[in-house]
Amino acid sequence: MTAALRVISPGLMTTLQDLGRPGYQRLGIPVSGALDPISLRAANRIVGNPAATAALEIAYQGPVLAVEADSIRIALAGAGAPVDILDENDAARRIALLQSVRLVRGQRLRVGALAGAVAYLAVEGGFAVEPMLGSRSTYTRAGIGGFAGRAVAIGDLLPLARQTVDDREERMLPLLDLASPARYRVVLGPQDDYFTEAAIRTLLDATYTVSPATDRMGMRLDGPKLEHAKGFNIVSDGIAPGAIQVPGNGLPIVLLADRQTTGGYPKVAAVISADLPALGRLMPGAKVAFQAVSIDEAEAARRQMAALIADLEASVVPARHAGLIDDAKLMAANLVSGVVNARD
Amino acid sequence: MTAASQGKFLRSGDTALVVEFGDRIDRDVSARVLSLAQLIEAEAIPGVVEVVPTFRSLMVHYEPLVLSHGDLERRLLVLIDRITAQERPGRQWRLPACYDPELGPDLTDVAARTGLPVAQVIERHSATLFHIYMMGFLPGLPYLGSLPAELELPRRENPRLRVPPGSIAIAMAMTTIYPLESPGGWNLLGRTPVAMWDLRRPEPSLLAAGDKVTFAPISLREYESIRAQAEAGTYQLRPHSESAA
Repeated sequence: MTAALRVISPGLMTTLQDLGRPGYQRLGIPVSGALDPISLRAANRIVGNPAATAALEIAYQGPVLAVEADSIRIALAGAGAPVDILDENDAARRIALLQSVRLVRGQRLRVGALAGAVAYLAVEGGFAVEPMLGSRSTYTRAGIGGFAGRAVAIGDLLPLARQTVDDREERMLPLLDLASPARYRVVLGPQDDYFTEAAIRTLLDATYTVSPATDRMGMRLDGPKLEHAKGFNIVSDGIAPGAIQVPGNGLPIVLLADRQTTGGYPKVAAVISADLPALGRLMPGAKVAFQAVSIDEAEAARRQMAALIADLEASVVPARHAGLIDDAKLMAANLVSGVVNARD
Repeated sequence: MTAASQGKFLRSGDTALVVEFGDRIDRDVSARVLSLAQLIEAEAIPGVVEVVPTFRSLMVHYEPLVLSHGDLERRLLVLIDRITAQERPGRQWRLPACYDPELGPDLTDVAARTGLPVAQVIERHSATLFHIYMMGFLPGLPYLGSLPAELELPRRENPRLRVPPGSIAIAMAMTTIYPLESPGGWNLLGRTPVAMWDLRRPEPSLLAAGDKVTFAPISLREYESIRAQAEAGTYQLRPHSESAA
């Protein structure tokens, strides 16, 4: 029998994502990929996968999945959530994020409501789906990648690469800093000249609220309107990750993983690449403020992020060191309720 | 780097740079954009991830950990010196198009709004040699220009929620072909039976920026026949090469 996870309940929007599908934007194909690539990498490293392995991106409300393989090993990273292993008589055992755990046939994994936008469920060995145009990321709008090009649905069998995993010592990541920056850094342009000076000041001074109309394509922000200096239609040009476009209503939209490749609204600025994973974690209702930085500062921040990623990948330790976790430090790092010590 | 025709660098965050050659839809501007795209691809600069040609600019996506913005700009300046405003000979497609009112529900409306008989609308649309300025909005969707001035119309006031794949549509100075079922506000003139987007092909998009396209009118019967062959995978449309003028 093929090894699989059976979807008992799909959650709100559970999709397969990796680090995306670059290289086809000239044909109109968005890059897609994880909204929070840092948590994706963390979940993969904990189960021993290459960091770019495709994993389930869980948005807002988690799924219930039944194990239809002899044994599997999983780990979750990202927004805090109550995660339980249910056995055949429905007895629940709460498990921790950032720690691998082995499940056997007949057990179910239940992920509850998330305290942030996304969390990642990595499975040792990964999912057995063919890459499409070089990536397993799901782009639902065109039905590309993932499982049949869509979010998982009740009854789906998500094929796994491995029928069984070794019963070895579990591993964990002692700390994953998912704190939001006080202000998200942006580089102004390419069309900042399409806005009044007052609009630029507003963008950099105001506090915006993430709108419920946010999705994987774009984060819509509610707050003060930005005034266009010379209309809101431009001849379409390319769209960078994190670009902040401002349509006629004056409210900014930050373009995320499933952003369209080109667009005809002026883009006042772009969130720097080092701050995009944190932005991808924000839920509707969260507050967002911006700060302008130079391109050199943005590049330095990206180098720093690369160093943090390298450090994170080297920090996975055997789970017997779990007792060394400092709960206060975890809370300070914004690993909100739902994360429990693996020893509890 | 002062004259717009020489290209202007605009920042778009720390992983993309815009090289802008103008601010409107123009064949010379498009030729420069496509010329630079080709030069960059031929150069295979380490750190350049991909390039996206648009009407008036080229977006260069890059990895700043490999190639800093300063180094990228220096490499691009050398290539910009070698660009040409001469359109390069490219692939030329003759796409079968069925302009039957059943497949082109806005045909009669377009005729009424332009004051042309339906036959004239079809004749002018199919007699035009179109240039693909860019791909975007949907995977495999081409922006083709330019439409004869007498066919220029705004988008529909009420966009349709579902436009069928293969639909040939016009709006403003452009024509397009919807590759997938999608919402859409353009005026629908007909449909091509040829798949614009097919994941079974190694290159799923039939068309690319820089290609030339004409539409060859076919009957509803021919449409059904080609469509059946296309779905069975036995129909293959090949481009012919434009002779270098």
